[in-house]
Amino acid sequence: MTARTIQGQKNLQKINQASKDGIGGSPLRPDGTLKVKGEFAYSSDMWHEDMLWGTALRSPHPRANILSVDVSEALKVPGVYAVLTHEDIPGEKYYGLEIADQPALAIDKVRYHGEAIALVAADHPETARRAVKKIKVEYEVLTPITTEEQCLDPETHGYVHEPHEYRSHAYGNICHEQKLVSGLGVTDEVRALADVVVSGEYEVGMQDQAFLGPESGLAVPAEDGGVDLYIATQWLHVDRQQMAPVLDLPLEKVRLTLAGVGGAFGGREDLSMQIHACLLALHTGKPVKIVYARDESFFGHVHRHPAKMRYEHGATRDGKLVFADCRIVLDGGAYASASPAVVGNAASLGHGPYVIPNVRMHAIALYSNNPSCGAMRGFGAVQAAFGYESQLDKLAEALGMDPVELRQLNAVTQGDLMPTGQPIDAPAPVAELLQRVKDMPLPPPLDLEHLDVRTLPGALSNTSHGEGIVRGVGYSVGIKNVGFSEGFDDYSTARVRLEVIGGEPVAMVHTAMAEVGQGGVTVHAQIARTELGVEQVTIHPANTEVGSAGSTSASRQTYMTGGAVKLAAEAVRHELLERGRHRYGWRQDDLSLVGGKVVSASAGVLIPIVDLLGDDAIEQTREHHHRPTVPFDKETGQGFGHVQYTFCANRAVVDVDVELGLVKVVELTAVQDVGKALNPLSVVGQIQGGCTQALGLAVMEEIVVKDGKVRNASFTDYLIPTILDTPPIPVQILELPDPHAPYGLRGVGEAPTVSATPSIVAAIRQATGKALNRIPVRPEHLTDTL
Amino acid sequence: MRVTFSANGKPVEADDVWEGESLLYVLRERVGLPGSKNACEQGECGSCTVYLDGVPVCSCLVAAGQVQGREVRTVEGLAGQDGELGLVQQAFVDAGAVQCGFCTPGLLVQTDALLAADPQPSDTDIREALSGNLCRCTGYEKIMDAVRLASARKCSVEGVAK
Repeated sequence: MTARTIQGQKNLQKINQASKDGIGGSPLRPDGTLKVKGEFAYSSDMWHEDMLWGTALRSPHPRANILSVDVSEALKVPGVYAVLTHEDIPGEKYYGLEIADQPALAIDKVRYHGEAIALVAADHPETARRAVKKIKVEYEVLTPITTEEQCLDPETHGYVHEPHEYRSHAYGNICHEQKLVSGLGVTDEVRALADVVVSGEYEVGMQDQAFLGPESGLAVPAEDGGVDLYIATQWLHVDRQQMAPVLDLPLEKVRLTLAGVGGAFGGREDLSMQIHACLLALHTGKPVKIVYARDESFFGHVHRHPAKMRYEHGATRDGKLVFADCRIVLDGGAYASASPAVVGNAASLGHGPYVIPNVRMHAIALYSNNPSCGAMRGFGAVQAAFGYESQLDKLAEALGMDPVELRQLNAVTQGDLMPTGQPIDAPAPVAELLQRVKDMPLPPPLDLEHLDVRTLPGALSNTSHGEGIVRGVGYSVGIKNVGFSEGFDDYSTARVRLEVIGGEPVAMVHTAMAEVGQGGVTVHAQIARTELGVEQVTIHPANTEVGSAGSTSASRQTYMTGGAVKLAAEAVRHELLERGRHRYGWRQDDLSLVGGKVVSASAGVLIPIVDLLGDDAIEQTREHHHRPTVPFDKETGQGFGHVQYTFCANRAVVDVDVELGLVKVVELTAVQDVGKALNPLSVVGQIQGGCTQALGLAVMEEIVVKDGKVRNASFTDYLIPTILDTPPIPVQILELPDPHAPYGLRGVGEAPTVSATPSIVAAIRQATGKALNRIPVRPEHLTDTL
Repeated sequence: MRVTFSANGKPVEADDVWEGESLLYVLRERVGLPGSKNACEQGECGSCTVYLDGVPVCSCLVAAGQVQGREVRTVEGLAGQDGELGLVQQAFVDAGAVQCGFCTPGLLVQTDALLAADPQPSDTDIREALSGNLCRCTGYEKIMDAVRLASARKCSVEGVAK
């Protein structure tokens, strides 16, 4: 490795701050200084003087048989070192997160627009791109299977995965389904118990994670026949687990080191270029770097499942919910990815944080020839929240009730049962969150006299001077699970070492946690400081030399890896104190480590840690498992399936130009219970970021897919909120400790993304009187010009 | 072709540059300045913003040949000679405006340019000036805080009346 590649090691940061920067404080990011200097080494910054550039040939068709692939002309391009197809794969040809149904390179057919068919390695990225264009592929183009009706009628329209194909299964084009029935279910008799019934059909478009750092990494072939990969990912160990069989290498010869990650949001949970770069590196014997261009990034990762939902809710005249009936159809696209787990979430969280005596639910994910969908922040709970919160507003209107009061009247609280039968055994302050968000001050009303037109809908386009602008206010609340559910033995590993360096006690924390921007590295240092009473903490680069940390997703990393760091640090502390007891005969059982010293509550300072440790180092490794869960019953959906629930409430204020259909969110307020804020600054940042992605889904973000083809694979055409689109986001946090979680904390990152979208749509409805059953809401929905 | 220009005050030279290469590619892959980021390479996200002869530009949209003999200043050039963080850099760290940080280099250059032109921008001025820089993590609130903080410190240092 050259000096510049080793630059990745600079991400190893020494944190040298006072121990007031333990948990509950807001010390600054250890990587912040490198990031503002432009010196933090992201995966696309990896460099080797002898490296080649890899790129992929991708299918222009969503569904086709591949009749032949001719790479001979591509191989003749000067500067090309390798052109590979599936025939060059040494091991298993399929991989996948939950179901190994995805070929590393297409075999005989393509199932989605943008599927990788062949790889090129060349001395310059442009050489590689030119060579890709010289690969000749003969296709038999087939009509893509893209709609729910087509997917559910394979006899007429065919199979995405033929029944005789590798990894096919008995369900036709249904990838996964989950039913749920609680109470008496939903029958005519149950319906008759309700005084008011509302129903609606809702649709959610395909959202993209749109992290800024493109998929990228550097694969370096090693002398032992293995490969070292420097990579931006969410879960190093699960990448390796999927990669090694394809590369036909034992796990220990596939070594992954986390390179700087430029955001993830679920989009890096599946493999993208990991196998491709390693195949090229092992084939050429040279380091290979792959960096996706933005269009390739849109093709190269899974998206949020688009959804079609049908809801029916019944309530008594005084607003008590009697029943809820729901069907959620998620389009999973060509490969399974995380679809089964997304279905489980949609089914088990799909009625929201409400007490409903009688519930029926049917959630399914389809295989189609649309782009593959999988994990994205909110993971199945987002789509459902748009459905159930729209329904609650509709019900409030039918009952003539205040929408917040209706929600509070039916809100779950600690001790209630979810529709899965799972008791909520930690605080669930749903009604209080709503009250707090309602009580926060509203922004001042639109003042046409003293107006900066840049603040209006249309903003800089100067489309209005205030005429035709209508303001609306909307509320919502959401529920999200934390951690991996349904019986998954989710765990994380941490190694903590305490030693004396330069006369100071220093803790070193080594985990495989993917820091994707969320601030886990800051929190780990805070935990080590708190548990070991030291000021200096070094965070070791994340790699596969330590046990798995699990995924940086499902709002679980602070809970799981933070919990592991806590356990390992406690074990180090225990060993240190035992050493002291043995050596000095301490009898007190009230010992702790504070300010670099062993302190007894009764006898005061006993000894500096430095003197007790001497030249020794104490190192302990611990795994943190959360309490066990069980899979939901397939037919009834019953079971203790989730580890923890998390809740957020929002209020949105919008201005709408009703003539042009333009929306400006004026303010988006959030109140969330975080159990314990280990780092309040990061917590607020997560909530504001989550709200902004929800805003994007509400009014602008959608991958437009027509007949299986992606129409907007660029930041020119796929719009994410800019600083002009994003309003002030006042945040209030509640800290009601969860007795089952480390420090009482609650996962933070996803809840606001679940809850905020419906509040914005509710506000637009209030401003315009339009029904708005589809998101993102587009100008044509508001001007009836569809 | 050979391209010679000044990067952060130092003369640099890149050989065998293909005519289609962008300034961004030359900076990142040829002259060892990977601080400018490659998020869209289409002029839409602002992550690659650098000063070209004192004017902020998306370096992905500048052909390498266009910088012959000119002055480029990147995020790596915002810190002082001794490596001490510049005022805008420090404000972004202090305000918690850096999460994944991929958008940060471009935002820093753009903010630096904004405050050079107007040390006391209004919130709307800030939003307008930074509207070409996408951030996917922060929700922009802490970026607003950072720019306000940098503005206040700059005004304090330079004695601008509040």
